[in-house]
Amino acid sequence: MPDAARVLAPRIIDAASAIREATVAAMEHDDRVFVMGEGATDPKGIFGTTSGLVERFGPDRVMEMPVAENGWTGIAIGAALCGQRPILVHQRVEFSLLAMEQLVNNAAKIHYVSGGRHRAPLVVRLVVGRGWGQGPAHSQSLEAMFAHVPGLKVVMPASAADAKGLLLGAIADDGPVIVIEHRWVHYASGHVDPEPVAMALDGPRRLRAGDDCTVVSTSYMTLETLQAADALADAGCGVDLFDLRVLRPLRLEAIIASVRRTGRLVTVDTGHATYGIGAEIVARVAAEAFDRMKAAPCRIGLPEHPTPSARTLAEAYYPRSPGIAATIGRIVGVPRSKIAAIAERLGDARDSVPLDIPHPSFKGPF
Amino acid sequence: MASSTLTSVPDRATRLELFRRMLRIRRIEEEIARRYADQRMRCPVHLSVGQEAAAVGACAVLRPTDPIVSTHRCHGHYLAKGGDLPAMIAELHGKATGCCGGRGGSMHLFDPAVGVLASVPIVGSNVPLGVGAALAAKQRKRPDVAVAFFGDGAFEEGVVHEAANFAGCHRLPVVFVLENNLYSVYTPIDARQPARPLVAFAETHALAAEHVDGNDVLAVRDAMARAVVRARRGDGPSLLIVDTYRFLEHCGATDDDHLGYRPKGELAAWRDRCPIARMRAELRAQGELDDATEQDFEAAIAREIDDAFVAADNAPFPAAETAMESVHA
Repeated sequence: MPDAARVLAPRIIDAASAIREATVAAMEHDDRVFVMGEGATDPKGIFGTTSGLVERFGPDRVMEMPVAENGWTGIAIGAALCGQRPILVHQRVEFSLLAMEQLVNNAAKIHYVSGGRHRAPLVVRLVVGRGWGQGPAHSQSLEAMFAHVPGLKVVMPASAADAKGLLLGAIADDGPVIVIEHRWVHYASGHVDPEPVAMALDGPRRLRAGDDCTVVSTSYMTLETLQAADALADAGCGVDLFDLRVLRPLRLEAIIASVRRTGRLVTVDTGHATYGIGAEIVARVAAEAFDRMKAAPCRIGLPEHPTPSARTLAEAYYPRSPGIAATIGRIVGVPRSKIAAIAERLGDARDSVPLDIPHPSFKGPF
Repeated sequence: MASSTLTSVPDRATRLELFRRMLRIRRIEEEIARRYADQRMRCPVHLSVGQEAAAVGACAVLRPTDPIVSTHRCHGHYLAKGGDLPAMIAELHGKATGCCGGRGGSMHLFDPAVGVLASVPIVGSNVPLGVGAALAAKQRKRPDVAVAFFGDGAFEEGVVHEAANFAGCHRLPVVFVLENNLYSVYTPIDARQPARPLVAFAETHALAAEHVDGNDVLAVRDAMARAVVRARRGDGPSLLIVDTYRFLEHCGATDDDHLGYRPKGELAAWRDRCPIARMRAELRAQGELDDATEQDFEAAIAREIDDAFVAADNAPFPAAETAMESVHA
């Protein structure tokens, strides 16, 4: 289909469907690609992302795995060393903690230690849970732990288009790529190219242009931050918003250039603020653009306690668009009354839906 | 190695070759031990002196295309599989000509040209890699048999059981070779495991199993031959329990009997069961090995070792500015 026709006929699907579409395309294109996962072939199909695959490709290419995460991660690495291209999927990030040994000691090292003679092309899909009382060990956003390790690449899509394109880019990569999918991003919908176009794992994308504050967000927090940015724009506060997309390798050139222009930086990521993605971005940007900064940078992230299950405790746990808008507004110097009005408007928009399920407005497109 | 079929009785040439391969590994590691105090090999070394029959017997029936995965104690497996000696010695010296270009050291030996897929220094961590290699062989319909070497300590690691469970479930062409040398570093097996036969592992994971004297290279070879034949014809994975013993310290190059962690007399008793001395005695008794042949072996091995060390000494170190290369594929 010519490019113009694609633009004229947008096809709106959600990210979960986009992930499945990417997987099907990769498996049809290359018979070395196969899927491994606990539940990959079950009736729920990893939130629909693997539904129908086993019927299409058979159990040898869509492998139901024993509950043995480190074992089958090592098996995937061994198969990858021998030329296969496995896609591993875990329904929760936490399950992959059992496989950290293989990922950190073997997957991340083997290309380096072999001087480039060994390749471990594997994709590890991890799902961050949120809502409905998931609690402390089913909702962690641990991307900083993976992004800390040289040799791994780490991506976090925030849109349906990126969910497909970044996954295809990850599958095409000759090394290990961790793809962290926020469960609520699975519901994000938007125009997705029907063709299998692999996106380069090459860094952030500017989603909103503005002159007052540079904001860098990741994954689901990009959706909250977009709402905040749009509300602030209505009040005359311009947010230069970047969706980070690729956490490692970390490409900050565009963000640093933006901060040199706006003089302000706020980060909004899905993990804990302390030792988090925002901390790394703030440190690097400050080192490069300190002389241009008009205000101290600010990190928005999760507080210093595990995720509680009860909704009364969880409601205060997650940053949301009203708080994000208030923080950005304060740093930019938006009058308090205006900030309060913006926060109230964002809060009202949210009040119609319980806070422990995704808001319908997160469907996009954007 | 010359032999009409894998499971037939090895002929004289095969038996001599098994002896020569063990002798070669012994002499190489003795030379490493002799030179280690010079501190030009500046990485940990885990010598397999005393355990040569396991490596040589198991690798004797493999093809270059059969992938093996090894451990921190990988010199013997690497050499038995045909790994390049100068590249190994250079790696121990941290030289650019090493098999890992100086990035891995003694515990990461690999040589893809002969199927030494990887060596991994985290106990048990290599075992799923071997199962993955077997999975790839099955998926690609290649006739390869993968082999995972590990020790009695790895038997305590969950990942080994996870990997074996998967191999049993999918009937993969893999052989698990468990070298029981009775110790994890300084801790004896009876302080770490209940009194039960290790071979019970096999039934749990639906593996065929054999328990052999790991200092009898012919016994190891024959058991391995049966396991490889099973794997290659699609009859699934096997476990070999191979009883053997480490003569030198866990990490380093010297005798450590003075530390007192081995019962008195145990080391001496196992030295009396040296796999090389035993094979030599058998070959001599059958008139298959004479002084001239053994001297020829020794001389050729000595030349090869000397050449490897000279080459390693003369080789360049990797340039500091290359450290950032190959982080990503």
